[in-house]
Amino acid sequence: MSKARLMQGNEACAEGAIAAGVRFFAGYPITPSTEIAETMAKLLPQYGGKFIQMEDEIGSMGAILGASLAGLKSMDATSGPGFSLKQELIGYAACAEIPCVLVNVQRVGPSTGQPTAPSQADVMQVRWGTHGDHPMIALAPWSVRETYDATVMAVNYSERFRTPVILLMDEIIGHLREKVELPDSVEVYERRKPKKTRAEGYEPYEPDEDLVPNVADFGKGYHIHVTGLLHDATGFPVGSPKVTEESIRRLHEKIARAGDEIIHTEEYFMEDAEYAVVAFGGTARTAYEAVRNAREAGKKVGLLRLMTIWPFADKVIEQLAAKVKGILVAELNYGQVVHEVRRAAQGKCLVELCGKYNMKSFEPKEIEAAIDEMCARRDA
Amino acid sequence: MRKQLRLSGSGGQGVITAAIIFAEAAVAEGKEAAQSQSYGPEARGGASKAEVIIDDAPIYHPHVEQPDIVLAMTQKAADKYYTDLKPDGLLVLDTDLVPEPPDFPNVIRIPITKLAVEQVGKSLFANIVALGAIAHLTGLVNFETVKESVAHRVPPHTVEQNMKALQTGWDAAAKK
Repeated sequence: MSKARLMQGNEACAEGAIAAGVRFFAGYPITPSTEIAETMAKLLPQYGGKFIQMEDEIGSMGAILGASLAGLKSMDATSGPGFSLKQELIGYAACAEIPCVLVNVQRVGPSTGQPTAPSQADVMQVRWGTHGDHPMIALAPWSVRETYDATVMAVNYSERFRTPVILLMDEIIGHLREKVELPDSVEVYERRKPKKTRAEGYEPYEPDEDLVPNVADFGKGYHIHVTGLLHDATGFPVGSPKVTEESIRRLHEKIARAGDEIIHTEEYFMEDAEYAVVAFGGTARTAYEAVRNAREAGKKVGLLRLMTIWPFADKVIEQLAAKVKGILVAELNYGQVVHEVRRAAQGKCLVELCGKYNMKSFEPKEIEAAIDEMCARRDA
Repeated sequence: MRKQLRLSGSGGQGVITAAIIFAEAAVAEGKEAAQSQSYGPEARGGASKAEVIIDDAPIYHPHVEQPDIVLAMTQKAADKYYTDLKPDGLLVLDTDLVPEPPDFPNVIRIPITKLAVEQVGKSLFANIVALGAIAHLTGLVNFETVKESVAHRVPPHTVEQNMKALQTGWDAAAKK
């Protein structure tokens, strides 16, 4: 391990991207994600990579898709207003199976909202912001150190599944500076190359055993056609019900197959817990302190932290709901993850929202009070 | 032992930089540190607040709940940010920029910006003067460590002036 140093979440994201092999970044800087672009602009040239500040958010997203198709691991970073603009190209990346990582450091919305204030209200947009049936992988780190790891993971998943991956940060973690020790090296997934030659009948979108196609990078001697129209193994659009159905199913199944392996959650103080708090990102840290205080006061409360937001941790929540009397979902929004928790809990326990949307992050005492209220209601 | 600091002023005074340097010094001494800030959308002017939590144990909730020490470099910041100080906490004010000290039992007034102008030549160094004072008043980090952190963070051609600013703040606090 290298020496401990003070580092910001956004910087750790850029460092993680470099470690994972990202060598192209295009962006249109926006608060509270700007330091990611700044750090990438500084680091990338030192690693033989390219940084481009584009003319706008859509151009940035288009640039990383182009760079990715040409063979470079690519990343872009933004916040709510930019994330909205990039939705169409996120869908394009999902359909055309172009690996890329998009970081969304959430701030208060809707629209321009409150540029410098924390929020966690883009959870559903991450999942459903682009139209049509598509899978989604989104990771939400809760510390500066984990931001580094989650970025590496996001890059690896995007390359392995050939899909856009969203690093769903929030202002709390993006702008937080804390002590970190970065590892000397990380495990990196290298994009797979074609296994056949043209003469052997190579088709760019022919799925491999894991349902992920080995699309050749541009300029490597293969003929490839990339389109947002639904296509068959050749990559050319086909207007048939069969190809359409198979394509949409395969896009989902290539990620569903990995299953639990990409769903990361952590439990704290859960042994003998009768109630649980579910939280993610910066809010989970406050929830941790609230739960620890509640434990010190003799209350049987635990914390389940979601690191993978999408795909949703259905099984974990279902098991939790079977075990506890009530779940409190603490999130910096008007209520988003709480709906998923309710769905996954299948009525097995009480599920309540502890939401906040006034520019301020939670204080531990607010979550403690919400825990008490829930317990009182349930036990009444 | 957890200590919570809040450095406040207006955008451009450098309170965030001072907070970062303080946190860096704590990390250099092996402590846990969490540094955060809040500011408006403006590049200059507008309220600016930086916080540092120093602890021996891991820090979860990363924001200050009840500060042990508040530095205010404007009247507005003083009025706004002293209210949740611990009863035995300390309020440090820039004498000239906070002409009306809030009604708090434990107040230290240091002419921070004036010292920066008179001793170092520019009000630009006020944040490092403040850092020197805070370092002395908290006793959380060694002066030598803070010096190293300042030297590491500021532009190379300003190291000498910043060292002078740091010393000026340290000495001013020592006289209080």
